[in-house]
Amino acid sequence: MSKDNTLGEILRKQGVSRRGFLKFCAATASLMALPPGMAPVIAQALEKARRPSVIWLSFQECTGCTESLTRSYSPTVEGLIFDAISLDYHHTLMAASGTAAEAAREAAMEQSYGNYILVVDGSIPTRNAGFSTIAGVSNRDMLLDTARGAAAIVAVGTCAAFGGIPHANPNPTGAVSVSDLIKDKPIINVSGCPPIPVVITGVLAHFLTFGAIPDLDSHGRPVAFYGKSIHDRCYRRPFYDRGLFAESFDDEGAKSGWCLYKLGCKGPTTYNACATTKWNEGTSFPIESGHPCLGCSEPDFWDGGGFYKAISTPTEDIGRTAVYAIGGGAAAGLALGAINRAKRNKAEKEHEQVTIDDLEKGD
Amino acid sequence: MMTETQLLVWLRGPALQVAIAIFVVGVAVRLLEVLVLGRKADLAEARGSAVAGGMRTILMRSFPDRATLQRAAFTEITGYIFHIGFFVTLLFYAPHILLFNSALGISWPALPTPVIDATAVVTIITLVAVLIHRLTNRVMRFLSRFQDYLVWLLTILPVVTGYIAFHRIGVTPPILIAIHIISVELFLIVFPFTKLMHAFTLFMSRYYNGAIAGYRGVKS
Amino acid sequence: MSASLERGIHAFKEAIDGPVASFFSSCVHCGLCAHACLFYTETGDPKYTPIHKLEPLRRVWKQEYTFWGRYARAFGLSKPVTDEELGEWETLVYDSCTMCGRCSMVCPVGNDIAYMIRRTREGMAAAGHAPEGLIGASRRAVTIGSPMGVKLPALEAQIRHLEQEAGLTIPVDLEGADYMCLLSSMEIMNFPEYIGAIARIFKQANVSWTISSEAFEATNSGIQIGVSEIAAELVQRVVDAAEKLQVKAVISPECGHAYMAIRWEGPNLIGKPFSFQVMHIMEVLDQLREEGRLKTTGKEKQRLTYHDPCQIARRGGVLEQPRNLLNIVAEDFVEMPEAGKMNWCCGAGGGVSANERADELRLRVFNRKKSQLDAVRAEGLVTACSNCRIYLEEGLEEYHMDIPVTGLTETIAEHLVEEGEGGER
Repeated sequence: MSKDNTLGEILRKQGVSRRGFLKFCAATASLMALPPGMAPVIAQALEKARRPSVIWLSFQECTGCTESLTRSYSPTVEGLIFDAISLDYHHTLMAASGTAAEAAREAAMEQSYGNYILVVDGSIPTRNAGFSTIAGVSNRDMLLDTARGAAAIVAVGTCAAFGGIPHANPNPTGAVSVSDLIKDKPIINVSGCPPIPVVITGVLAHFLTFGAIPDLDSHGRPVAFYGKSIHDRCYRRPFYDRGLFAESFDDEGAKSGWCLYKLGCKGPTTYNACATTKWNEGTSFPIESGHPCLGCSEPDFWDGGGFYKAISTPTEDIGRTAVYAIGGGAAAGLALGAINRAKRNKAEKEHEQVTIDDLEKGD
Repeated sequence: MMTETQLLVWLRGPALQVAIAIFVVGVAVRLLEVLVLGRKADLAEARGSAVAGGMRTILMRSFPDRATLQRAAFTEITGYIFHIGFFVTLLFYAPHILLFNSALGISWPALPTPVIDATAVVTIITLVAVLIHRLTNRVMRFLSRFQDYLVWLLTILPVVTGYIAFHRIGVTPPILIAIHIISVELFLIVFPFTKLMHAFTLFMSRYYNGAIAGYRGVKS
Repeated sequence: MSASLERGIHAFKEAIDGPVASFFSSCVHCGLCAHACLFYTETGDPKYTPIHKLEPLRRVWKQEYTFWGRYARAFGLSKPVTDEELGEWETLVYDSCTMCGRCSMVCPVGNDIAYMIRRTREGMAAAGHAPEGLIGASRRAVTIGSPMGVKLPALEAQIRHLEQEAGLTIPVDLEGADYMCLLSSMEIMNFPEYIGAIARIFKQANVSWTISSEAFEATNSGIQIGVSEIAAELVQRVVDAAEKLQVKAVISPECGHAYMAIRWEGPNLIGKPFSFQVMHIMEVLDQLREEGRLKTTGKEKQRLTYHDPCQIARRGGVLEQPRNLLNIVAEDFVEMPEAGKMNWCCGAGGGVSANERADELRLRVFNRKKSQLDAVRAEGLVTACSNCRIYLEEGLEEYHMDIPVTGLTETIAEHLVEEGEGGER
């Protein structure tokens, strides 16, 4: 596809009807909680959009984010939009490899300097550059270098957004997030392990339409998708409110679709669109399939106290603390009690008999 | 900068351990400070059983005599309501039972969450009424010190913050949960230094009262 | 050696035991004790809240016997008790408290405040902050043998009078008698009919009894002022006499704190159990009734009610006996509201009546007793404590209430079936 074709031209060539295209724009507007009047604005902008250059850097990642994004069983407009971006560098998807691939990256950087979108997945090791390199270049150096000419950076997946799995205790590689290293570029964190596909396309559509990044929360995630917690949109919420919980994975409560709080669900403290947008084009999401939410779009979700431990439970052995404290307290208490007793005994021993003559104060 | 997840893990972990340790050590020390002082054996001839009297009073002192109930109806009734309400919300809310189960290994049935919710509301309203009473009633105002008001605050905070966290009013929910946990840990830490100790010492004081009276053949 | 703050604090320290420590640890400032105390209910002054009367003792407990309290004192967060404060507290501890113990029945955490007042007085007295009236009474009790200054000759005169006028025998110093009777000065001086009454009842029931010329005084000023040494000395006199006469039991007369002193505090004051029993006269009479040895005839027709003396009933455990006895001699016996262990104090016990400074307050709070009586519209009031009796009379007069007050023993005696006597009233 020629880079100079507009998105509108490309879509028409691919057989996407105008109606279908407008439906997509309306859906996108609605997904991002924009007023319906924005749909034509999105349509107009996207139609004229030139395919921007996108450089995708993969660092300490599992490729799950890419898998998620490219998972589609029937051609969808989102998939086509993906084609409408000039994906100039992607380890898994590009045809070239080796020096040719690196050359492609450098060419894209030079050609679209200041305008390309940098997408990153995977965390960046800092303890030793040798933990993860590409073409002999450390992840850190490649990120800093590539970020220089980027218009914006999209950190896809919890690893890039917050450090993710490599960042979990004891973090042997010294893994950090993109925002830990880049301070001078707008960064959109699209967290999740992996993130929902349509969240990516929604963010890109926003960028293409408005030339600006969407509203972000305190973690740099688009509010449109991460503004509500799973708990606040979970279809099992009525069970939580009524106090009906599954006690184990296969009990009656579980089979009845009751709340999974007791099984460790992190829904209350997790922000994502899973409960509304769901996965596999609206098929289901973990809770609906009977598994408690892991909290995968939150920083440190791996060290969040245990996937199967409810939020209200302690993360340390309180029982043991209490036992030690009883022992220590008993010892201290007996000692202090003995001091009290000794003091009282001493007072009794030193008692001076009070006689009737002692009842008046002396002069 | 700690993330919310890290904050919650810390509050549910080391912070809770410290709070529990201070609480347990503090309570043990204060109880033993009393117990070891002891009581001299009574050399008078007994009319009744001191032990039976003591045990009886531990239970029966929870029920007021009619005259006092009439004279101090507000104190008596609100006292019952907020104590029962506090314990019901603490002990019969499912997520709390999980906490106790995790720490102590025992569990018991929960009450339906809407019941707990209503109980929390009643408790909060009653506690506010109790504060107003303490501030306006002649005897209460005369007796009250800084500690009485501090303890009131530390007692109502867990109920209020718990209610807010459940209903997710305001700031981000993980922070609301964190605030609730902090309020509980503050309560635990300050507990042994205040009149909250009555929760444990009343067993001793009621016992001694009943024992002294029972020895003389009086049901106190 | 004279009284001083140091000796007072010292006494406070000695007075703090497990119960006291548990009580102070448990107080939640609920103020319910105020509603049980007639000094608060009839004045509305919150300073009469019972637990507040104990503030000096509480601070000593906190500063001496709690880990944190010691530091609080060091850092100026808890002030040491001063002589001035003890002076301020004197009226609270002695004028506005009879140790009636009603507060102890009501405290939701079980504090026995009366128990603590008794112990607080030890420190107050040692610090020289006991009321003049009580100091005088104690002095007389120790040196003369009676707080009212009643000496043996006065008693002998009463005895002679009774023996001559009523033909009764009042055995004195009878060795080997079953019972040794004590008398309160108030009875000897104001209600000598009590002595006659027991003489007649014991004669009818064939009870072997005596009075000791060496120890006839039942009252114990040491208990009231709060000086255990004095209290012990007074108890020891009774013990010596009882052992000398080898009696089986000592009878405590119609006097409130006397019963407390000899029955419950006695052995603990002298440090060893008694070799004899101690009974209140009502216990003896009720036992006679149960054994069928008390023969009475006729009944009081007027509406009678009974005032439970605090030290005998609530603090002493003699609750059923007066009812049993009154029911055989009264046709229309009604109970006042809160009668029994929750009865309201007459306001004169615990040394208050010996304290002239407290007169005005005492009469003012008598209003509580008035309310109780008004509720039953009694025509006669019976009681079993001479101190209650005389001050009930005074209070009734003050409030213009025309209700005669009598002692229980006399009332029983008036209905005795005696040889050649009808005995009907």
